[in-house]
Formats: sequence, C-alpha cells, structure tokens
Amino acid sequence: MFLEPTFLIIQLLNGLQLASLLFLLSVGLSVVYGLMNFINLAHGTLYMLGAYIGLTVANTTGSFWMAFVLAPLAVAALGALFHVLLLRHMQNASPLKQVLVTFGLVFVGLDVVRYLWGDFSHSIDGPIIFSGPVMVLGEIYPSYRLFVIGLGLFVLVALYFGLERTRIGAIVRAGVDDQEVAMSLGINIKLVLFIVFCMGCGLAGLAGVVAAPVLSVYPGMDMSILVMTLIVVVVGGPGSLKGAALGALLIGMFETFGQVFIPSLASVTIYAFMALVLLVRPSGLLPVQPK
Amino acid sequence: MRIWHIVCVAVLMMVGLNRAEADDVIKVGVVLPYSSVYASLGGDITDGMELAFDLFGSEVSGKKIVLITEDSEVKPNVGLAKTKKLVFQDKVDFLVGPVASNVAGAMRDFVHNAKIPLIIPNAGNNALTGEKCSPWVIRTSFSNDQINRVMGPWLYNRGYRTLYLMAPDYAAGHQMMEAVKRDFVAAGGSVIGEEYPPLRETKDFAPYLAKVKASRPDALYVFFAGGLAIQFVKQYHEFGMKDQIPLTGAGWLTSPLFLPAQGSAAVGFTGALNYVPTIDSEENRLFQEAFRNKHERTASEFTVQGFDTGRLIVEALNAVKGDVSNKKELVEAMQNVTFVGPRGPFRIDPATNNIIQDIYIFETRQVGYKVRHVVIDKIPNVQDGPNGCEM
Repeated sequence: MFLEPTFLIIQLLNGLQLASLLFLLSVGLSVVYGLMNFINLAHGTLYMLGAYIGLTVANTTGSFWMAFVLAPLAVAALGALFHVLLLRHMQNASPLKQVLVTFGLVFVGLDVVRYLWGDFSHSIDGPIIFSGPVMVLGEIYPSYRLFVIGLGLFVLVALYFGLERTRIGAIVRAGVDDQEVAMSLGINIKLVLFIVFCMGCGLAGLAGVVAAPVLSVYPGMDMSILVMTLIVVVVGGPGSLKGAALGALLIGMFETFGQVFIPSLASVTIYAFMALVLLVRPSGLLPVQPK
Repeated sequence: MRIWHIVCVAVLMMVGLNRAEADDVIKVGVVLPYSSVYASLGGDITDGMELAFDLFGSEVSGKKIVLITEDSEVKPNVGLAKTKKLVFQDKVDFLVGPVASNVAGAMRDFVHNAKIPLIIPNAGNNALTGEKCSPWVIRTSFSNDQINRVMGPWLYNRGYRTLYLMAPDYAAGHQMMEAVKRDFVAAGGSVIGEEYPPLRETKDFAPYLAKVKASRPDALYVFFAGGLAIQFVKQYHEFGMKDQIPLTGAGWLTSPLFLPAQGSAAVGFTGALNYVPTIDSEENRLFQEAFRNKHERTASEFTVQGFDTGRLIVEALNAVKGDVSNKKELVEAMQNVTFVGPRGPFRIDPATNNIIQDIYIFETRQVGYKVRHVVIDKIPNVQDGPNGCEM
C-alpha cells in the first residue's frame, strides 16, 4: 500500500516542500558562516520574526502578498541593525563568545515576541490564488505547497546565477575563498559581508512568512526549526550554496520518509543521518574547496 | 547590645505580623504556567478562579482568600521548587496546580509527604488519581482516560468499524489513544493504524496524512493541542481529507483558544470534552455572561476548570468555617462539595479523588459567520475506576 506510486509522489512533494523551507533558512546561515566563520544561532529568531511581522502585516492589510514582500525586508533591516550594533564588534571574538552572544539573542527574541504578540498560537491565511487544492495523480494536494516548492527552486536558481555569473557573486566567492587576498585586490570585503549577511537575514524572514500558512505561528517556533537548519548546514558542508541545497533536499526527504516508513525512529532519523555523513565526510558533503 | 535589641524587636514584630496575617487570611498557593507553551492555559484557569471568588465570595468567616501565584514554566523542577517556596516561605494553607502532567508528577510526591492539600485544575495523567493517587491530591479537571474512553463505544454505535489513531509521542497522547482504543475494540471495532509523531512544535503532518489516507479507515481519531492543533486542523482541511475520512478525537483540538486561528477549517470535527461553551443550561449561560462582562471573550474549558476549582475552595472553606488548621478535615470538606456548575453536576469520587462529570460529544459547525461547538450527545456522570488507587 505504501509503495503505490501516487503515495510516493505525494510524499516526495511533502519532502520537497520541507526541503524548500530548509533551503531558504540554511542558505543564509551557511554562506554567512563561509564568509565570516561565524555561526549565528539567532537565525531561527529571524525566521520567527519574519512569521510574526508577516502576521501583523497580513492582519492589517488583509493581503498575504504584502506580508510576503514586507516581512523579509523588515527582517533584513533588523539584521542590518543587529550587524551594526553588535556583530561588527564581535568579528574577532572567539567562536565561543560569538555563540554565547547569539544564543543569548535567541532568548531576548523569544521574550520580545511574547511581549509584543502574546503567548497565543496564530496562523496566516495563504494567498487566495493558492487557497484551492490541485489534483496530483488523482490525489488532492494543496496548491500553496507547490508554490513553496517553486519559490525554493526560484531562490536556488537566482542565487546560483547571482553567485556564479555576476561580478558581485565573484566577489562573494573570493571572500569565502580568501579574504586577505580579496582585500589586497581592493575589494571592500566588509561591505560585501554586510550585504550578504542582510540578504541571509531577509531569506530567513522570507522562510518565516512562507511557512506561516502551513505551520502555525507561535513563540518558540524558532528553536524547533533552528536545530534542523543547523543539521542541513553541517550535512551540506558549511559555506556553500550547493551544499545548503543538497543538505536541505536530503534532510527534507529523510525527515519525511523516515516518519512514514520507520515511525518509531522518526525523531532520530535525521540525527543518525547527520552522524553517518560526518563519519564519512567530516566537513560535509559539498564543502567549499579546501584552501 | 543595641544590635541585639533591634534583632529582638524585629523578630518579635515578624512573629506578631505573621500571627496577625495568619488569623485573617487564607493563603492559596497557585502553581501554574504563566510563561512558555501553556501560558494561555494558566491565565484562563486563574481568571476562572478569580471569577468564582467574585461570584461566591472571597471571604469566609471574616477571612480573606488570597491567591499567591507562581510560574511553573512547565518545568517539573521549577514547579517543585515554587511549590516548596509556597509551602515553606509563604506558608500557604493549600495548593492549586499545575497544568502539565509532568509538573504534577513532580509536585505530587512532595505534597503527599508534606500532607498539604493540592487541587489539580488540569493535568490529566491517569496515574494522579490511579496508582499514584493520594488522599491529599484532588482533581477537578479530568483524567485522560475519562475524556476519551466514552468515544470508543459511541463511535462504534454510530457505525464506525475501523479507526486510525494519531497523537503526539508523550504520556498524555498515549494514554488518550489507549483509552479510546481499549473501549472501541471492546465494543467490536478495530484499530488499523496508529501514529505518534515526535512532540516537536513545528510539525508538518502531511507525511502522516498521506499514510492515513492510504489506509482508508472509517474515521481518524486524534489528540492535539496548542500550535499543533492549529496546524493539524488546517492541513487536514487543505489536503481535502475531511470529505473522505471523518475527523474525530479529544475535544481540545478545536478549543475556543485555537478556533479563531483555525476558522472554517475546523468545521466537521466530532470531539469529546468535559465542557464546551455552548452547553445549554442556565448555569453555563450565567457563567459565560459573567466571564464575558469581565474579560470580553468566551470562557474556555480551562476557565471552567479554574472556576469550578474556585467554587470548590469557597464551599469547602465555608464547610469548615474558615478553619484551615486541620488539613484532614479540609480535604474531607473538599471531597464532599457537590454543585451543578457550567459543566453540569460536579462531585469528587472519594475512592480516587478524581472528578465525576458529564462528558459532552460535540460537532463543530458553521453557524452564520462563526464556527461553533454544537452538542450532539452527553454521557452523564463518567466515573473512573480505581485503576490501582489505594489511599
């Protein structure tokens, strides 16, 4: 029964949908890590803020698309603020200090959200054009989920061409490979870092607002997704776009199919997979080329 | 010498103050979650208790009832520490709390040994009034078994022959599914599948839903609450499963707390619960009216549990004329309280200290612009067996 093609294709779509969300979240985290050697644990908080800001925008304007556009911009702006006020001064601190500061921000973010929006769980209504179902091989599938998959693919392609085919992309790649040489060639690496960081924050906000109609919006939604995102980064190999994409795809599929085929191990499948990957390839599946 | 004078005077004053205080107030220690996932439940229960004091009197024999509230943070160790603080430092006369069963488990042994009465206004773990029951612990809310088991025979009598079960993977989820499964199978039905997704708040149910759909049960029986309830109901609706497989389960799925976020996706759910806001009785109408006048929202099943707890406290204190020095008499007075409340007849089973109450079976229907709970059946006076309870 569970090997019918329809069933498998529906699950494949479910896996892709989760992978798409995880990709939006992990790509920012991963590239920022590659550039700055810096793990931002508050990345999940930005995701939560994206969802909550989207909630407020959607409730006041009555339009999902306004939330879809404004929430990521607002989160990117918050990221910029965060970079200017705090991160810039942490650049040369030890990794432990950086982790502690961003971990502290997780708690600050949680309390700010509870203070501003309260403890209740909320939900955003998806856009009207994606409110109806579509038929996939005779089975009902929500069209909004296909939109999420499409969005993930679009961002992947856009980032790929942006990084591989444009001058700015070349600068970013140069920054990941060797910052000092890049700087000596007259590249303003600080500015590049800043822009990339803000974009990563914006993508986390985008993931939040896009996830809101599927998953609910509540204080603490950040922690549950952060762990998965970190696993994606570790599995894919920190610092690379392709790694984030591959990691998101694999974790999305493992999580989805693990729940279906070995439900008793549902909570450990992705951890076991991560351990396995790390045993075989300690620096992830597609790490940035070693220097 | 002067220091000693000051110390002596201070100590005498404190003793004096304490006595003065002890004479004219009754201190109730409240351990509920006011932060973290169950914060809204803690708030609802407290609001309900305060409303009961408004209506039934906050003074007994010239003594004022005072609530001292502490946040359990839904953590067993925190709940226990706060309980000890209330008992040793604030010297409360008895306790109310908590919401979560794991916190209740931690508090239970302490109050049992310290012989301090504890009224549980939510936590539904069967063991608290089963094998781990205590003469000092009274439950005014429900047991997991009590809410769910009535649905077994009820669904069978409605023509359902196969069930699929789904609940989060923790004690409450398993106890609830166990209850419905046992009595559904005893009635002649069969359970063809069970899923216990890990209790992680962000949950995409889609993989599980596809599995349920492929199994084609007569109905799906679930227990989810909080953010999970909202996600589950919306996703079940989006995958168009409501028209194919009827959704049924423990009634918290469409609690008034979650209904606004679920909207019309919640329509068509059949659930069992100890209270819904639309119960047609004079007591319930007056209660909802009084609550709405004070808080401008609909009272939930959690509010009612708080309200009935407050009423139990007032009536028990009246029975002992405000004398809380003899804890044994106080607990006996609590056990003997009976009344007809918003939920219907309320009484405590002296064999287990669990509540005996009516269980309502309701359906969520679209009425005008609103989604409402429509009561379609009532199982009166549902009483738990002893389940290993020896006091």
